[in-house]
Amino acid sequence: MDLDLSESEVAFRDEARAWLAANVPAEPLPSMDTAEGWRLHQEWEARLAADRWSVVSWPRDYHGREASLVEWVIFEEEYYRAGAPGRVSQNGIFLLAPIIFEHGTKEQQDRYLPSMATGEKVWAQCWSEPEAGSDLASLKSTARRDDARGGWVLNGQKTWSSRATYAHWGFGLFRSDPEAARHHGLTYFLFPMDADGITVRPIAQLDGEAGFAEVFFDEVFVPDADVLGAPGDGWRVAMSTAGNERGLSLRSPGRFCAAVDRLVELYRERPDTRVSDRVVDAWLKAEAYRLYTWGTVTRLADGGEMGAAGSVNKVWWSELDIALHETALDLLGPEAEVESRWLDGYTFALSGPIYAGTNEIQRNIIAERILGLPREPKGAQR
Amino acid sequence: MRFELTDEQRAFGEALDGLLSAADTAAVARAWADGDTGPGLKLWARLADQGLTVLATEATAVEVCIAFEALGRHAVPGPWVESAAYLPIALGHEVEGVATVAAPPRVPYALDADVADTVYLAGPDGLAEAEVGEQRASVDRARRLFAPAVEVGGAPSLETSGDSAFDLAALATAAQLLGLGERVLADTVTYAKQRRQFGREIGSYQAIKHQLADVRIALDFARPLVYGAALSLAEPVETTPRAVSAAKVMCADAAYLASRTGLQVHGAIGYTQEFDLSIWITKIRALVTAWGTPAFHRARILDSLVGA
Repeated sequence: MDLDLSESEVAFRDEARAWLAANVPAEPLPSMDTAEGWRLHQEWEARLAADRWSVVSWPRDYHGREASLVEWVIFEEEYYRAGAPGRVSQNGIFLLAPIIFEHGTKEQQDRYLPSMATGEKVWAQCWSEPEAGSDLASLKSTARRDDARGGWVLNGQKTWSSRATYAHWGFGLFRSDPEAARHHGLTYFLFPMDADGITVRPIAQLDGEAGFAEVFFDEVFVPDADVLGAPGDGWRVAMSTAGNERGLSLRSPGRFCAAVDRLVELYRERPDTRVSDRVVDAWLKAEAYRLYTWGTVTRLADGGEMGAAGSVNKVWWSELDIALHETALDLLGPEAEVESRWLDGYTFALSGPIYAGTNEIQRNIIAERILGLPREPKGAQR
Repeated sequence: MRFELTDEQRAFGEALDGLLSAADTAAVARAWADGDTGPGLKLWARLADQGLTVLATEATAVEVCIAFEALGRHAVPGPWVESAAYLPIALGHEVEGVATVAAPPRVPYALDADVADTVYLAGPDGLAEAEVGEQRASVDRARRLFAPAVEVGGAPSLETSGDSAFDLAALATAAQLLGLGERVLADTVTYAKQRRQFGREIGSYQAIKHQLADVRIALDFARPLVYGAALSLAEPVETTPRAVSAAKVMCADAAYLASRTGLQVHGAIGYTQEFDLSIWITKIRALVTAWGTPAFHRARILDSLVGA
């Protein structure tokens, strides 16, 4: 048992640190949910990709450097410590790509992954529907078989689609077999957001920015080549995405450790003993998350699976994110309401316990799959 | 980078668990509380045979934590932290037989001094053998507390200056709390699967599920802090005391959450002395403030983070 980095891991860390020090923009980029900010974030992705830093764990053929899981965690820590921009390509590289690697054909991998790695094509997720939120399996958007054209025709409505306002491609689940119940008869589709019949209506979020959108599908044709996994197998395919979103890949500890370092710095500038225990607790939770992640990485490297532990992870980081930003705002006192990086971080953190499966759903998963408690009888189901 | 117990370490923990599972430790703790320390001392001898009293001097803090997690899980009574963590480091050698120590102000009482072969008092000038006064009752009936007969002049400056004996004792207490919390969660889950109200198992209601999920989460994130601090103690650096305090605070919080939730889910039966849950719940309450209160350890973390 140890927490030591090998020589090659130290070399990797030093190389990443040096590159980031030389390349991270001095001033924060404008929000990625504005037209100008979107363009600048795309440019940043291209810069990362040019030196193989955008998707370090991917194969070299797709702009990666085949980094190990340990190296990925190291990179993330360095990335956030350096104050580098948020990842506009996050939905694609962290949520969709692992599924394309696992379920996609070689042709699909060659077609989707390179432009995802360079940020040229940014992906939006289309999961929720107006009547299918936590109960995602009740979704009603349909896929109708079109043998003549060799594909499917999508109809329906998706909502809360992150990045859909400006994204180039989308991914989501549609009901391809109307007779099958709930989790069955769903198919995983990939589609260009400018396809005929797709209408995107941006939704202003709490902070006024159009970070998500409604997406309407009216007779949208998708060729068989853009079906991910087998038709009817979409739930199983999608749930491996959900595991990724909840677990390691979306929220590396580096983000929180860097934010807590800034919180401690803020406390030094504005010491307030009434808030000090909460500063300590934010540090404690980030430190616990950092060490917990090394345990997860060790188990995954040994061939273990994330499984329901992803839900434990998700509740922790999402609540930590809010707590540490609330603490910062309390230190700022009456200035807390004034526009600041802390306020932006706080507003963003508020969405954490809701997206990627609400924390209530996560606690159900923990109780049923980890603790083995009986499933709750569900209400009437179609 | 391998942040997991080795197969050997895992096997050591499992062997201890096996031994303690077969030892009816709840009955041992009850006897100890009632003044019959015979079964507890017999168990002490068996555990000493397994090497528990030499881990601090001959193994690493990781093995110490594995052992104390098992002692916590089974609510084993006796001055284990004193004999197997604090004193071996403070004395520089293993303890023969049973010994205990008071280290005011953090540790005002010598635990189980009446069964100890030697009672020490830790002061600014180091350790000295000491007499003790009358027994004081603890919230944990199996903790027999004795105040030193003499006052110690001046607080020991040990805790902030990297006193490795105090740090190992605090970490062993954290590991014990982890084991206590895990046991309360496991027993409460078992109960929630059996107990039926309104026609179904109470564990099928979200009101129960979500509370138990929160305990699972708290314990899962406390554990890596214990082993992170243990690795740090093996090769101490400036931040080692902070790592120990982190483990103690998080394990105390997690175990205390387990105890509150465990009591609430059990309902009235959990509030009885007769039901074994009481042994674990009261021990958790006692250990939350033992070897440094949460406030003390949080203050130590803050000092380290912002510079005292």
